[in-house]
Amino acid sequence: MAEVSVTKDAVPAADELVVLKNVNKHFGALHVLQDIDLTIARGEVVVVIGPSGSGKSTLCRAINRLEGIDSGSISLDGKPLPAEGKELARLRADVGMVFQSFNLFAHKTVLENVTLGQIKVRKKSKAEAEEKARALLDRVGVATQADKYPAQLSGGQQQRVAIARALAMEPKVMLFDEPTSALDPEMINEVLEVMQQLARDGMTMVVVTHEMGFARSAANRVVFMADGQIVEQATPDKFFTAPRSDRAKDFLSKILHH
Amino acid sequence: MFDFLEGYDLLGSFWTTVQLTVFSGIGSLVWGTLLAAMRVSPVPLMRGFGTVYVNVVRNIPLTVIIVFTSLGLADTFHITLGAPDDLKAQGFRLAVLGLIVYHAAFVCEAIRSGINTVPVGQAEAARAIGLNFTQVLTLVVLPQAFRSVVAPLTNVLIALTKNTTIAAAIGVAEAGLLMKEIVETEAQLYATVAIFALGFVILTLPTGLLLGWFGKRVAVKR
Repeated sequence: MAEVSVTKDAVPAADELVVLKNVNKHFGALHVLQDIDLTIARGEVVVVIGPSGSGKSTLCRAINRLEGIDSGSISLDGKPLPAEGKELARLRADVGMVFQSFNLFAHKTVLENVTLGQIKVRKKSKAEAEEKARALLDRVGVATQADKYPAQLSGGQQQRVAIARALAMEPKVMLFDEPTSALDPEMINEVLEVMQQLARDGMTMVVVTHEMGFARSAANRVVFMADGQIVEQATPDKFFTAPRSDRAKDFLSKILHH
Repeated sequence: MFDFLEGYDLLGSFWTTVQLTVFSGIGSLVWGTLLAAMRVSPVPLMRGFGTVYVNVVRNIPLTVIIVFTSLGLADTFHITLGAPDDLKAQGFRLAVLGLIVYHAAFVCEAIRSGINTVPVGQAEAARAIGLNFTQVLTLVVLPQAFRSVVAPLTNVLIALTKNTTIAAAIGVAEAGLLMKEIVETEAQLYATVAIFALGFVILTLPTGLLLGWFGKRVAVKR
C-alpha cells in the first residue's frame, strides 16, 4: 500500500466533522475504495483530485451514503452513518450534495427546487422557505430566474441553483461531485466563484474536481487518489510544487504542462 | 329507420358503460400506482408481491376474473360488496372490482416504465436533501413518471372502456349486454352492430384526443 502522509497540522478531535475509517468498497471485482482513512475538520476545504476511475466520486457519494460501503465506518459530527431509514434521511439533510449533472427537479420551478426540502424535511412554512430561497438565489446570482424551470436555464445557472438548493438545508458539510465537469468553459467560473465565496464564509467542503486553479486558491488540503487509494495529502502549495509520490508527479505532469 | 330500437334503453346502457369505465378507471389508477410503488420499493416482500400480482393477473382472461367475482366471491364466499339483496348493484360493484383487479396490472407496468424514464439523478438529489422513500417517490419521481406515460395510460383507459362489455357475462346492464339482447330479438343485425360500434367510438375517440393533447402539455422538458 502506498504511504499516506498528512502535512496539515493535526486538528483537535472535537473539530472532526467527517471521519472515514478503514472504508472499503467493491464494484464487482473492482476494489474501488481501499482502506480509506480520511478526517475532515469543521471549516476545512478538502479538494480530492486524481485520474478517472480512482474512486474519488465514489468516496464523495459514500459520505452521504448514496453509495453503500462494504466495510469500515463513516461518521458525521461524531455520529456513525445509519444504514437506512429515517435516521439516514435526517443525516442526509445535514450533508449538502452538488452533482456533476445538476439534477434539479425537472418538473419544479427554480424557487420550488430550493423550497422543497425546507418545507418537507425542515418543516418550515411556505412563506419562510420562499424568503430563504430568494435570499439564497440572490446570493448565487440567479434571483431573477426564480420562476423558470430548470430546462430554461444555462448549465452554470442550473448548477448555482443546485448549490442554493443544498444550502437551503443549512448543511454542516457540502459535497461537490465534479460540479463543473458538465459545464461549458465560459460557465465554469461563475460556479467556481460561488464555491470560493462559500469557502471564504467558512463552509466545510469536500470538492471532487479537475479544476486545479480552484484547488490551489480555495483548498486547505489536497487529497490525491489513484486506484482506490489515497496516495498523498498535502497543502495545495506543497502538492502542486513538490509532490512526493511518483503517481502524483505523473498525474500532474500530464495535466499541468499544456 | 331506427324504429326497432324503440323500447330499448340505449342511452341508459351506455351510461352504465360510462359509469363502469369511470369507477374502474379511477380504481385501477390508484391500485396500479400502489403496485408500481411496490415494484420499485426497497422492501423485497413488497417487490415480490408486486411482481407476482402483475404476472399472474395480466395473464388471466378478463372473462375468467369477472365470472369469478360473481360465482366465486358473491355466490361461494358471500362477498357482496355491501349489496347482498340488490343484485343489480351487486353485479355492478363486482364488475368494477374485477375490472380494477385486471387493469391495475397494466397501469402498474405503464407507470413503472415511466419511472424508468426519470433519470436516476433526480431520485439521488431528492434523497440527498433528506427526503424519505415515500417522499422521493410522491414528490419527485412519480410526478415526472406520470407525465411521460399519459399516452400508454390512455391506451389502458381505451381498452378498459371496451372491456367493460365483459361485465355482460355477469348480467350488468351495460351496452354490450343490450346489444346482445337486440341482436337476438331484432332482425337489423348490421344496423345494431354499427350503432354500438359507433357508441364506443364516440366514447373513446375524444378520450384519446383529449389525453393526447394533455400528455403533450404536461411533458417534462429536460
